[in-house]
Amino acid sequence: MSSFRAATRPFIANCWKINSNRVYIKAFSSVRNFPFGVCRESSPAPAEGFMPGLARSKLLKHTHEEALKNPELVDTGVVGGETKKMNFLQGVNDAMCITLATDETAVVFGEDVSFGGVFRCTLGLAEMFGKDRVFNTPLSEQGIVGFGIGMASVGHTAIAEIQFADYIFPAFDQLVNEAAKYRYRSGNEFSIGGLTVRSPSSAVGHGAHYHSQMPEAYFAHTPGLKVVIPRSPIQAKGLLLASIKDPNPVIFFEPKILYRAAGNYEYNGGYSDNRGPLIKIEQVPTGDYELPLGKAEVLKRGKDVTVVGYGSQIYTLEIAIQMAEKHIPGLSCELIDLRTILPWDVDTVAKSVDKTGRLVIAHEAPKTAGFGAEIAASVMERCFLRLESPIQRVCGWDTPFPLVFEKFYLPDVTRCFEAIKKAAEY
Amino acid sequence: MFTARSLVNRIVRTQAFRTCTITKVSRTFVTATRKCQNQEKVEFPGAPRSYFTEKLEFIHSIDAIPTYRVMDKEGKVLVPEEEPNITEEFATKIYKDMVTLNTMDLILYEAQRQGRISFYMTNYGEEAIISCGAALDPSDVIFGQYREAGILLYRGFTLDEFMNQCYSNEKDHGKGRQMPVHYGSKSLNFQTISSPLATQIPHASGAAYALKRTGKKNCVMCFFGDGAASEGDFHAALNFAATMQCPVIFFCRNNGYAISTPALEQYKGDGIASRGIGYGIDTIRVDGNDVWAVYNVTKAARQLAVDEHRPVLIEALTYRVGHHSTSDDSSAYRSKKEVETWMRYDNPITRFRKWLHNKGWWNDEKEANYRVDIRKEILKSFSKAEKIHKPSLTELFSDVYDKPTPNLIAQQKELREIIQKYPANYPLADFKNGGEDL
Ligand SMILES: Cc1ncc(C[n+]2csc(CCOP(=O)(O)OP(=O)(O)O)c2C)c(N)n1
Ligand SMILES: [Mg+2]
Repeated sequence: MSSFRAATRPFIANCWKINSNRVYIKAFSSVRNFPFGVCRESSPAPAEGFMPGLARSKLLKHTHEEALKNPELVDTGVVGGETKKMNFLQGVNDAMCITLATDETAVVFGEDVSFGGVFRCTLGLAEMFGKDRVFNTPLSEQGIVGFGIGMASVGHTAIAEIQFADYIFPAFDQLVNEAAKYRYRSGNEFSIGGLTVRSPSSAVGHGAHYHSQMPEAYFAHTPGLKVVIPRSPIQAKGLLLASIKDPNPVIFFEPKILYRAAGNYEYNGGYSDNRGPLIKIEQVPTGDYELPLGKAEVLKRGKDVTVVGYGSQIYTLEIAIQMAEKHIPGLSCELIDLRTILPWDVDTVAKSVDKTGRLVIAHEAPKTAGFGAEIAASVMERCFLRLESPIQRVCGWDTPFPLVFEKFYLPDVTRCFEAIKKAAEY
Repeated sequence: MFTARSLVNRIVRTQAFRTCTITKVSRTFVTATRKCQNQEKVEFPGAPRSYFTEKLEFIHSIDAIPTYRVMDKEGKVLVPEEEPNITEEFATKIYKDMVTLNTMDLILYEAQRQGRISFYMTNYGEEAIISCGAALDPSDVIFGQYREAGILLYRGFTLDEFMNQCYSNEKDHGKGRQMPVHYGSKSLNFQTISSPLATQIPHASGAAYALKRTGKKNCVMCFFGDGAASEGDFHAALNFAATMQCPVIFFCRNNGYAISTPALEQYKGDGIASRGIGYGIDTIRVDGNDVWAVYNVTKAARQLAVDEHRPVLIEALTYRVGHHSTSDDSSAYRSKKEVETWMRYDNPITRFRKWLHNKGWWNDEKEANYRVDIRKEILKSFSKAEKIHKPSLTELFSDVYDKPTPNLIAQQKELREIIQKYPANYPLADFKNGGEDL
């Protein structure tokens, strides 16, 4: 035990600075002031623009009051506290900042993490917490995840960044054969719950094969892992804090199109891109709070069609629902954000389908063996007699993610709208 | 006079390891090596050249690996015998391609800034690798990372082909599916670029082994960065090439950075070259901004690979003058002064131009004329590519397999129906035949 204490002493020495709230807030403002647009691996929305839906999304908490009304926050201690405007990447940054400030064993690392990361998610953290806690690694994803597993295996908190979800595959063996089985294979003597792997994922408008993929389904097939995909700044912060504290390895996919999305891109007509992810900055509680893993969230109540998605797809679905409800008078859809892909909240979805009798699922990843297949199969088992129409899956086609055909590849508003209509009118 | 053979002998062979000395530890090690003839050899199967010692000593490093050069920064040849015996035409072709590449980079980088193409990566500061192309046979197979457009240019990839790829139009070999700079050309034996780093390095070993089996006098050349060399694939590739005796030249462009990560945070050994020796591969380090040095080592390496089926590792020291890509602003992690210093004092194009001037093969007038002409030509090609339609929508579904599968046929039909129902929701006019052929 004494050797462990010796090892943590430098951490504790570092931490006096950050235990006071004041320094912490300063840390945050440094994050707020970073020059947006410096590093545009994510780039803003392409010139063609997205539909303005997200700028008007009802799902975002634009005010202090809205933000704190969330029943999931009731027991977290942040309800009486402050909120601050944050975009998605600030929410992510804030969660890591809090962890580094409160857990002296926590480290953040990955390719180019030290200067802030190519998406600027780790901006300011190395300066605040030291290069021994926030650092660049050599360019090796298997190394990054293996190293994180090693740190977690002796009880530390390892927050690893894989620069793009598309580049997580060199680490597939470490995640699937090592991280996922560490506890089970040792009869619970060892576990690596301190490992969290963050990675930017999903479509961004111009990412082509290798800067667009959403590989959740590969990992959803791996007992022992948890897979989380947040949709907004409040969600990103609370779910990341929960992922870091969860005593199991968690892969945390961040839809990169949401990072800086700040609303009000102009809709430049002609055709609609139909995707919508324009997010207005949310009012995010500044304190330390967790949102539950393994729990879906019903974002909109409805009685006729259950619509399930996660990540940036939620905003596409929100618009598609608005269109369908306008198109079919009296129709009301229930929108569910799964949030955690593994273990997923089958109860919430089944309960909804028991009520509506209809289910539409949408995700960006290819349809065949995508996570929608799992949802559809489970709902069929649970709700067979209640189903009024075939379950609809709106997904990426079974092709690699194509640059110039992205608008035709994605489960856009048009296709989601059609699927809802089809389910409703069956 | 330079001969490839003389240089071959200078490529650090595995045997040379024995005579390397510099640090205190390795000096002792090498002394012991010399003595080893009289000493008892070990019989363990894994290290047949080792011998017993009773001295407990750790080996920290061997000699620093030297950097081969032909010209100084002023383009002056330092040892006359090292100057390759080439014609004016041969030399000016390399130079012109360097200028073309540089001009194309300027135009396409700017085009991305204006939102006309979606992405770009420049080759600024690394133009000297064009001479690798000159040292190879056109039928040697190339695997690149993404900053090797110059080799393609040398081999005859046309300006139109570059522009069509960057515009993702229907004439792009890759059918608009990949990001700009992901070039490839079957006819030029240049395998298509893929973004995941280092994956091409073991491919190169495998392709080289296959070439060897055909008995053809060819090799494979594989390019990658100092960052990519940290991936597991790099290590696997070198070990495979060594154990399977593959005719492959590994060429590491050590340009000092992997995005923001400086080379000295990437590794702690003596560059990338020291690893080659560890794998039992003939290794050389070269001044990557010296056209003739790069040419000479590639030529010599090719001879080793083709004639003796020996893989070779070349580490070229250079500097990434441009930002990593159009997604990057390198002022966030390095000083403008650092970049300017490299641009001014060790620019491969300037160095080579000075050599050509001294030779009497180039002058200011030629320079001015060529720059004006090539700029015009590039811009012409650029606006032509801009007007060409995006590929047919059918290409979204083709080539996943050799033939369409039932799921893809059904999905193509599904998309067709959606588009027919909601044509206004899709940018059909941008695509070949307005998307009608889907
Ligand atoms: C497997 C993988 N991980 C991460 C990336 C993201 N990435 C693209 S280029 C790059 C840096 C590469 O540096 P280097 O190999 O030195 O080549 P350079 O850009 O300097 O030419 C990184 C990290 C990637 N493309 N593939
Ligand atoms: Mg590099």
